[in-house]
Formats: sequence, structure tokens, C-alpha cells
Amino acid sequence: MKLTRRDAMAMGLGATMVAMLPLRVSAGSHGAIMAFTGGAEPGEGDITLTAPEIAENGNTVPVGVSAPGAEEIIILAMGNPNPEVADFKFGPAAGASEASTRIRLAGTQDVVAVARMPDGSFIKTSQNVKVTIGGCGG
Amino acid sequence: MATGVKPRVKVPKTAAAGDVITIKTLISHKMESGNRKDKDGNVIPRSIINRFTCDFNGASVIDMTMHPAISTNPYVEFKAKVDASGEFKFTWYDDDGSVYEAAKSITVS
Repeated sequence: MKLTRRDAMAMGLGATMVAMLPLRVSAGSHGAIMAFTGGAEPGEGDITLTAPEIAENGNTVPVGVSAPGAEEIIILAMGNPNPEVADFKFGPAAGASEASTRIRLAGTQDVVAVARMPDGSFIKTSQNVKVTIGGCGG
Repeated sequence: MATGVKPRVKVPKTAAAGDVITIKTLISHKMESGNRKDKDGNVIPRSIINRFTCDFNGASVIDMTMHPAISTNPYVEFKAKVDASGEFKFTWYDDDGSVYEAAKSITVS
């Protein structure tokens, strides 16, 4: 059997999920990125995610995203019950592809931003945020 | 219908043509995530604003989809480019079908 790149990625993903189960990582978090990119692996690029290193209260964590030229940016919280946080689509009257908002984080985790560029490529960045008090109830 | 929903928007009153301005919006809403439980262990049903849009003279500035991980009283800050005087229209869409609207005009010289 020939081992394709796709097979290798699927195996790697499976292994990662098993290895990370005890940690705060939702099973669907990587899937959420794939759902946005349509299966393409996002690369590195000119995208910035502004988030505090330590958030005292997970109920309101200020985050900002900026990716010059991007058509759409999504924010994902990898350790939340649902990783999707927000999805910004920038229209023709937008002054810059940047926005900021306040989000809930269930605990210490990686926050990820993925941007779709006009040429159809995807770029990604992430930052770890330490949360003292979680913000998803339960 | 969520009670006590009040949109607040901050837009500069004047700008020069071609300027990029910063817009700040806030709407009071409890944004019940659907993950919390009450004292008896029953899940409190989800009730959030799921979409926010801003248009300037009919052209889209931003179209944002919100998920339950957006904080109570959703705050959004973004930028718009203004070439002529006109009106910004802000619209929030609630899970229960309610639509909240606000508008602000700007004079461009």
C-alpha cells in the first residue's frame, strides 16, 4: 500500500487526538479549521492575533485579529466545548481586514485565527491564553 | 424576545474623504450559551445574537457570524473606509428571530 500524504495526515491527526485527550482540546477543533478551509492546510502569513497571555476572567477575553487583504477571518478557541467563536467577512467598504471583540474561554488553551486570502489560500496563527477562571459555566 | 436589548454605536461625526475610521459597537444581550445548567441541572436553552452586519451606503463593511463563545454584551470594533457622506446601518440578528437596528450618519469633507 502506498502511503499518501493524506493518509499520513489522517494518522497523525488520530494519534494527536488520542495523545491529547486528557488535555482541554475538543475533538472537533482541528475539524473546525478544515471545515473553513475546505480541507486545505493553512500556511503561515501576515496575520496577527492579539490576545492577553493571561486572562483573569474567561468570560470576557478581549481578542483582536488583523490580516491585511484578507476576505474572511475566523477565530477558534481550541479548548471550548464548541471551537467556533466568530467569523468576520469583510466587505468592499471595510477599511482594513481587522476586528476585535470579546470572547469566552473555558480554560487555558490555544486561540487560533485563520484567514482566507483573495487568492484562495489560507493563513493561520495561534496564541496560548492562560485562563484563571473559566467562562463557559457548567 | 430577549429583554433589555439596547444597541450602542460609536462612529466619528466627521471625516476626510478616503479616511479609515474606527467603529465601536456594543449591544446589551445576555448571550446565553446553551452550555450552562440551572440549579436543578436542566440546560438553560441557548439564546444569542448569531449575526451582526454593518453597511455603509449599501456596501457591506463587515458581516460577522457569532457563536456562543462571544461574551455577554457583544462588543465589536472594526474599521471602515469612507469616501463620501452617508449612513452606517448596523443590524444584529437574534436567535429568536428578533432584529435590532441602529444607524449613524457621517459627514465627509
